[in-house]
Amino acid sequence: MHNKSVAELSRELESGKISSVELTREFLDRIKAEDGQYNSFITVTEDLAMADAKAADEQRAAGNANVWTGVPFAHKDIFCTNGVATTAGSKMLANFVPPYDATVVANFRAAGAVCLGKTNMDEFAMGSSTESSFFGPVTNPWGLNKGEKRVPGGSSGGSAAAIAARLVPAATATDTGGSIRQPAALCGVTGLKPTYGRVSRYGMIAFASSLDQGGTMARTAEDNALMLNVMAGFDPKDSTSANRAVPDYTATLNQPLKGLRVGLPREYFSDQLNPAMEQQVRNAVKEYEKLGATVKEVSLPHAELAIAAYYVIAPAEASANLSRFDGVRYGYRCDNPQDLNDLYTRTRAEGFGNEVKRRILVGTYALSAGYFDAYYLKAQKVRRLIQQDFINAFKEVDVLMSPVSPSPAFVQGEKTSDPVTMYLEDIFTIAVNLVGVPAMSVPAGFVDGLPVGLQIIGNYFEEARLLNAAHQFQQVTGWHQKFPQ
Amino acid sequence: MTISRADIEKVAVLARIRLDDEQIPALENDLSNILSLVDQLSAANTDNVEPLAHPLDAVQRLRADEVTESNQREAFQAIAPATESGLYLVPRVIE
Amino acid sequence: MQWDIVIGLEIHAQLATKTKIFSGSSTAFGAEPNTQASAVDLAMPGTLPVPNEQAFRYAVMFGLAVNAEIGRRSVFDRKNYFYPDLPKGYQTTQLDHPIVGPGFVDVDLAGGRSKRVRIHHAHLEEDAGKSLHESLFDERGQGMTGIDLNRAGTPLIEIVTEPDMNSAEEAVAFAKKLHSLVSSLGICDGDMSQGSLRFDVNISLKPKGSDTLGTRTETKNLNSFRFMEQAIAHEVARQMDILEDGGRIIQETRLYNGDRDESRSMRSKEEANDYRYFPCPDLLPVVIDDAFIESARVLLPELPDARKARFKEQYSLNDYDASLLSDDARLSAFFEDTVSHCKDAKLAANWVLGEFSARLNADNETVAQAPISGIQLGQLVARIADNTVSSSGAKKVFEALWNGDGGSEDNAADAIIEAQGLKQVSDTSALEAIVDEVLAGMPEQIAQFQEADEKKRKKLMGGFMGPLMKASKGQGNPRLFTEILQRKLNA
Repeated sequence: MHNKSVAELSRELESGKISSVELTREFLDRIKAEDGQYNSFITVTEDLAMADAKAADEQRAAGNANVWTGVPFAHKDIFCTNGVATTAGSKMLANFVPPYDATVVANFRAAGAVCLGKTNMDEFAMGSSTESSFFGPVTNPWGLNKGEKRVPGGSSGGSAAAIAARLVPAATATDTGGSIRQPAALCGVTGLKPTYGRVSRYGMIAFASSLDQGGTMARTAEDNALMLNVMAGFDPKDSTSANRAVPDYTATLNQPLKGLRVGLPREYFSDQLNPAMEQQVRNAVKEYEKLGATVKEVSLPHAELAIAAYYVIAPAEASANLSRFDGVRYGYRCDNPQDLNDLYTRTRAEGFGNEVKRRILVGTYALSAGYFDAYYLKAQKVRRLIQQDFINAFKEVDVLMSPVSPSPAFVQGEKTSDPVTMYLEDIFTIAVNLVGVPAMSVPAGFVDGLPVGLQIIGNYFEEARLLNAAHQFQQVTGWHQKFPQ
Repeated sequence: MTISRADIEKVAVLARIRLDDEQIPALENDLSNILSLVDQLSAANTDNVEPLAHPLDAVQRLRADEVTESNQREAFQAIAPATESGLYLVPRVIE
Repeated sequence: MQWDIVIGLEIHAQLATKTKIFSGSSTAFGAEPNTQASAVDLAMPGTLPVPNEQAFRYAVMFGLAVNAEIGRRSVFDRKNYFYPDLPKGYQTTQLDHPIVGPGFVDVDLAGGRSKRVRIHHAHLEEDAGKSLHESLFDERGQGMTGIDLNRAGTPLIEIVTEPDMNSAEEAVAFAKKLHSLVSSLGICDGDMSQGSLRFDVNISLKPKGSDTLGTRTETKNLNSFRFMEQAIAHEVARQMDILEDGGRIIQETRLYNGDRDESRSMRSKEEANDYRYFPCPDLLPVVIDDAFIESARVLLPELPDARKARFKEQYSLNDYDASLLSDDARLSAFFEDTVSHCKDAKLAANWVLGEFSARLNADNETVAQAPISGIQLGQLVARIADNTVSSSGAKKVFEALWNGDGGSEDNAADAIIEAQGLKQVSDTSALEAIVDEVLAGMPEQIAQFQEADEKKRKKLMGGFMGPLMKASKGQGNPRLFTEILQRKLNA
């Protein structure tokens, strides 16, 4: 059962071949037996999950089941869960049990899905390797058979690794600069970052408010569509939530791709890209041509500046967003504070890890007197230029395709010594967040036995088109069905 | 662009993060590298370009002035580090 | 050396909305600590702000009332600093794109002068919580400060004037005018002692006639108009001493202690201030369209200037009385209730500004807290006007009304007059009989009177009034008694 997709499991439940209690037990047992080697979960909510599974079975018996009723899944530990620890991978929140649900969490609860626990992540979603978690690094299931401990990507590395290891069929995730797409690529699963504003941010612990977006991760595009059906929608509690209708994302999965106009951004096939990776991506594009798509080269002339703009805007927003962690109302508080300043400075020095502190300091610097115009304002202007590049490109093509990351999963510790090297992991994914358009990562082959992801970028609110393109690709390729040994 | 020790100390005060002396050289190095990356921005011609603060060109929705929240002090203070008589406690502030 | 005084004000007015600016928590005053602090107000992780429409409507009403441009696209910024009463570690405010742009207020001064004070802008922001420095200690016995976040997130409008005032008198007159304006608009309860309306004063001196402004200081904590006046005098004197000794003024924030008439520097506030403002990414630009402005305009009540003009016209009041009655919206309404039940505007004005206001002052109460209604007072004034009760009797009735003796009915005054037998006898033949009877027992005094000259006679009249009032058990109409007496004695 654990190799099946959400859609398949839903049908098994519907047919009565298995109950949610049995299914949930099976996944919980797998987590217990196997997660020791991955560390993909921070919290496993066994008792709650079993109770929810029982309730789901009762609901089904009463004839009130929908597609998600009784299906197990997991939440990234950045979504607040009422009564269940929500840590954002930080010592600062290691003891934090929110008395409220994130809107995304409430939506899955209402759909009757069974949450197995909270997945590991880079601290406050700041990272590309899930090595900065206070709860220890996550290990990619791929490469373990060769005795290599590789990173799963980040920051949603726990969700990606758990799905790749078949500890859950699906998990929520968030993406501020590539945090869904890059781990999905490195773990060989399918992930979607929706349009900014498509999924409510309420109760999702903020990293950079104008870039953060909750999204989906599962093995198939169809499962991503099923997840987005639950997650997407207007939320009056989030001022930046988009007030527009949500389509049924499964309804258009089977549309033919004939005539789909694909653009290949010249700047995303640069010499920074591993040549073997490039070959895999170009092979995937050829599959699309076979499916009836037309392909042309396009240009995003300012895309190269995306990393620079991002590392001003994201830390600036983060520096303010993380000021609330002060040891006064919740979370970590240092022992025996001598005075107010001691309370603040020691709580924050002890509660935050190094990467979080670095970004707070960079963001504080970029906003400080004398630097605001040169950094923050300049970055927002460059952001506009990058947006214009994408708007222009989407006048010519329907989707953009590119690699997700410049190289496959790297070995743990390889990039932790130099933050900038780590930042360059996201050179192909970051512009999408600055612009706010949706993008997916779809398994598209292997290099040295490690998964490679194809990035598909769509215009604003065209998630259905992306899911359709990914689903059709998955009907003719088997990359998403490969499992690590 | 390099960042000086004094800059780092000033920023750490603003951000209320205590730094030990031995942490500062590594931070000088890391932050200078990050700022060098960021300095690529200066190459872009942004004359007459409006800053973009939000990806979507949307306007703010306003909420009706109706009370929707009830007292949850007990639940909120159950997870607080230090409270007394319903107040959050901090070391005495002299003003 | 001669100096020019330059004063600008910054005013924080708490808006009288039901809920906070970014959450649906109640803003009601006086609740138990932290019982009106929601997840959003506490800056719980993942929570987000959604702005209150009424706060914007009130701000627009203020803008219209001060002849200001309305910010059609206003933007919230984050002002970053750490303080325990500021849960997010930043205050959400408006820096470059405020809701209210430049405007002005005309202020009446003594001697018929008037002064225009320009409003630089007014912006919306959130209030902070409160720090309580009571006897709180942690388990190690260390003194602690308690934080109550009920007030955190209460909507404020911060009004910033140009430095257009040149004396304490002008600044206080402007402040009173502004107080009257926001109270009349109903957008702020105006209670300075509770901090609903807070004035900060920026003061600088420059050599007389100079065009260059001097270094200014900001004085805070002025919770009454009297303290404001004293604080300005105090700060002007302090600066003058420094400048005349050849010293320099340091730009700083000073805290005024009204009870001791002294001020001190708030150095902690100044320490390395770098607020790192930037647009709040959790909020979008607020666009105010014509329809929204109209929805605010229809809510505008009559403002004090217009009301004063109407009082002079409609009730033939003099400028002074009209001014006093029109400044405060509640007092105006009380007066109009009074006048509508007595039809004698001048007498009503005298009673509202006289006995009624004096009694409020003595009891330290506001118009809203007064135990009698405008209608009740109107009924009483009507009884004075129609001679049912004498003015000294009316004072007794007023006292009884104030003590609630007449109940809460509109005609409580009549009930008291009846119960206490304060009705004047105005039946001329009955009064004549009393006069005849009393005069019959006072032949010596009559003789004395008739020998006296005109001037002395006036004095001697009083000698008859006492016995007459006594004989009528205080119920004789004194005016009629005098008339009858004069007729009889001069006959």
